[in-house]
Amino acid sequence: MNRLRSLMMPAPGSSYAAEVDNLYMLIFWINVIFFLLIAGLLSYFVWRYRRRRPDEVTPHISHNFKLEVIWSVIPLIIVVVIFFLGFQSYMNARIGPGEALEIQVRGKRWVWEFEYPDGMRTLNEIYIPVNRPVRLIMSSEDVIHSFFVPSFRVKMDVLPNRYTDLWFHPTEEGVHTLLCTEYCGRGHSDMLGQIHVVSEAKFREWQGQGDERTRAMPLAELGKLLYESRGCVSCHSLDGSRREGPSFKGIYGETHAMRDGTSVLVDENYIRESILMPQAKIRSGYEAIMPTYQGLLRERELAALIEFIKTQK
Amino acid sequence: MADVLTAPPETGRRHFEPNYLNERRGILSWLTTLDHKRIGVMYLWSVLLAFLLGGIFAMVVRMELLTPKETIISADAYNKAFTLHGAIMIFLFIIPGIPAALGNFVLPLLIGAKDVAFPRLNLASYYLYVAGALFALASMIFGGVDTGWTFYTPYSTTTTTKVSLLTLGAFILGFSSIFTGVNFIATVHKLRVPGMTWLKMPLFIWGIYATAIIQVLATPVLGITLLLIVIERVWKVGIFDPALGGDPVLFQHFFWFYSHPAVYIMILPGMAIISEVIPTFSKKTIFGYKAIAYSSVAIAFISFLVWGHHMFTSGQSDLATAVFSFLTFLVAIPSAIKVFNWLATMYRGSIDLKAPMIYAIMFLLLFAIGGLTGIFLGTISVDVHLHDTYFVVAHFHYVMMGGTVIAFLAGLHYWWPKMFGRMYSESWARPAALLIFVGFNMTFLAQFVLGSRGMPRRYYNYLEQFQPLHVFSTIGSWVLALGLFMVAGYLLASLRKPYDAPANPWGGKTLEWTTASPPITHNFERTPVLTHGPYDYSPQEIGR
Repeated sequence: MNRLRSLMMPAPGSSYAAEVDNLYMLIFWINVIFFLLIAGLLSYFVWRYRRRRPDEVTPHISHNFKLEVIWSVIPLIIVVVIFFLGFQSYMNARIGPGEALEIQVRGKRWVWEFEYPDGMRTLNEIYIPVNRPVRLIMSSEDVIHSFFVPSFRVKMDVLPNRYTDLWFHPTEEGVHTLLCTEYCGRGHSDMLGQIHVVSEAKFREWQGQGDERTRAMPLAELGKLLYESRGCVSCHSLDGSRREGPSFKGIYGETHAMRDGTSVLVDENYIRESILMPQAKIRSGYEAIMPTYQGLLRERELAALIEFIKTQK
Repeated sequence: MADVLTAPPETGRRHFEPNYLNERRGILSWLTTLDHKRIGVMYLWSVLLAFLLGGIFAMVVRMELLTPKETIISADAYNKAFTLHGAIMIFLFIIPGIPAALGNFVLPLLIGAKDVAFPRLNLASYYLYVAGALFALASMIFGGVDTGWTFYTPYSTTTTTKVSLLTLGAFILGFSSIFTGVNFIATVHKLRVPGMTWLKMPLFIWGIYATAIIQVLATPVLGITLLLIVIERVWKVGIFDPALGGDPVLFQHFFWFYSHPAVYIMILPGMAIISEVIPTFSKKTIFGYKAIAYSSVAIAFISFLVWGHHMFTSGQSDLATAVFSFLTFLVAIPSAIKVFNWLATMYRGSIDLKAPMIYAIMFLLLFAIGGLTGIFLGTISVDVHLHDTYFVVAHFHYVMMGGTVIAFLAGLHYWWPKMFGRMYSESWARPAALLIFVGFNMTFLAQFVLGSRGMPRRYYNYLEQFQPLHVFSTIGSWVLALGLFMVAGYLLASLRKPYDAPANPWGGKTLEWTTASPPITHNFERTPVLTHGPYDYSPQEIGR
């Protein structure tokens, strides 16, 4: 039973997941029973009543009131019960506990931005403590996105003109995948994030100084990680191909023509400025669409990104 | 079977007898025809062409999903491919498929009429269809559209692709659909043969009638909504785009207010065909005529009240969500009743597994899966997890393709001899049907698991853990395509033969089988007289 469930559903990661899974499995078995009933009768009739002679005479059975009431009322009762179960568990998911860690979420093509109550901001990944409810207050800066964490069994659209909210109670430490499930264009399927559920102690440590894995990384390697996790990858390629923004391949040391007619040498300071104040200088042929990363990167992370771009030959 | 043939085949001579196909010749005689049968045939070739085009896009999409990241096309091209697959299949194939192509041909025949009530309106509807298709084609040629067939705002009002062209195309197609609907409603009300009361109509008529009501009432809402998108894009009026002061969720309400009933515009005609095929090939009275007839109307009515179940995660109020969920479950009941009625019709029948019946049985199995998996999606908390994943993709393909398209194939095989006067090869039909069944289930059964495990729809790139199931699904799509090409092959091959179809090859009891195959231009030599009901296969009444 549990093996079947784990074949069909991802491993549960929140207190609420089991509730959804139980209902899912209940409906699954009801489905199996009804399908076997229909397919069984169908196969039996096809075999038992196959035409043997062309002039066979069949009985005239126009209707059977009792039978018809039975097969209308039984499914009706079943679906009404399922409706109530679904409604009940949905309301459990909607009404969160009062004491929750509140995190602001902003979706924009094609990154997730998070802001903690203490003002710390992250992109495409959050750290949250295990066994403490988290409430997300979400909005979008452009089109509609949708916040989906399969292992928590939660999903909510992220709208540009109003807040939507979502809460969950993580029970399993580990990394949970966040996906965008409202189609939002070219980078839709790369608009992923990671939700790190860690112990309370690790959470505090991370709040202070970032996570220990990245602290020990060489700059270029950290830069690659940031390039992939902070959304650079959606617009800047490494192989020279053109996307929304210029490719990083061989960019360091080149001189680029700007939109206003000037030209600029791509060096450390220019890269730094382009990350923190992307609207300051716009390369000719490109749109001024890059969001600012001011306040989103630690000083070492900036250095790491610059180092990473320098190594793209 | 000899006893049921009213006009034995005399192929040599019949070839020269006038019928609707050979009475007038030349391309102009087709383009200016007012004959419902010819318009039906033109519609048939057009929707089949659209099916081919939509199918090519489907194969491209499945091919691209063979591997994560790029397989054959870029992300932009992929987004356009799935948009066009959806838009073409829905607006150019499934919606007009059964009513406008098969329905146009057989509806007047089934009620013993010479033609539809407004033959010119009928031809106008076909030309609107062509015009709408040309707009859709133009949007493709000038760069394509990447919004998904749902055109969700504000994405659709801000993207630089050719949204206005495609939405104008869908707008025009909507009018084509309304014209057909109005025409059929008038035809059913006014042109039934004397003695054919409402409860003596074949069930196909009930299904098409219920469909026509939805077409006439719901399609204008889509038209207005799509027009509003164009207005917003062209004149920057804030309706749906919050940047201009609009509300994007309003669009979703408008869109689904049409598009959910539209699901029933697609499936009711399919059910209508099945209600004809099963009694004929079981040689038995339909079980629960009234239940099937009224449940079509019930479905048409409730279908207007469930649109919000597409929006459980949209931020609509929890109360609205609960009400929509409840109403959604109610609409399941009439569909379940129909399935049980069809099964009961087969009970103690004389079942002949000819091609139309094979497709009808396939329909029962696939539609059962499609319907039952709908229970997962109607259940709010489970739907929140499954919404916008491959589970939904699999579910609606089971209903739309496993249901409507398979029913369309059943109808096509059922009325092909009537339409073109030729029998197709039954020995080719069986392996083709088997390939379609196996290929379809390979393609879409895997997608239920993908969706439950968290694979979102409209994804170009995906997590590696999903690849094995995607590969399985793609291979299934090849098997399915092979089966469909076989069908095209033997059906087209049959057209090269001389007329060899008897007037009533299947022993049917409805009126279209009382005239020649293919029928004469005025359908019947003289106004037919009803001597028995549409399903009177049995000599005597047996008590309950």
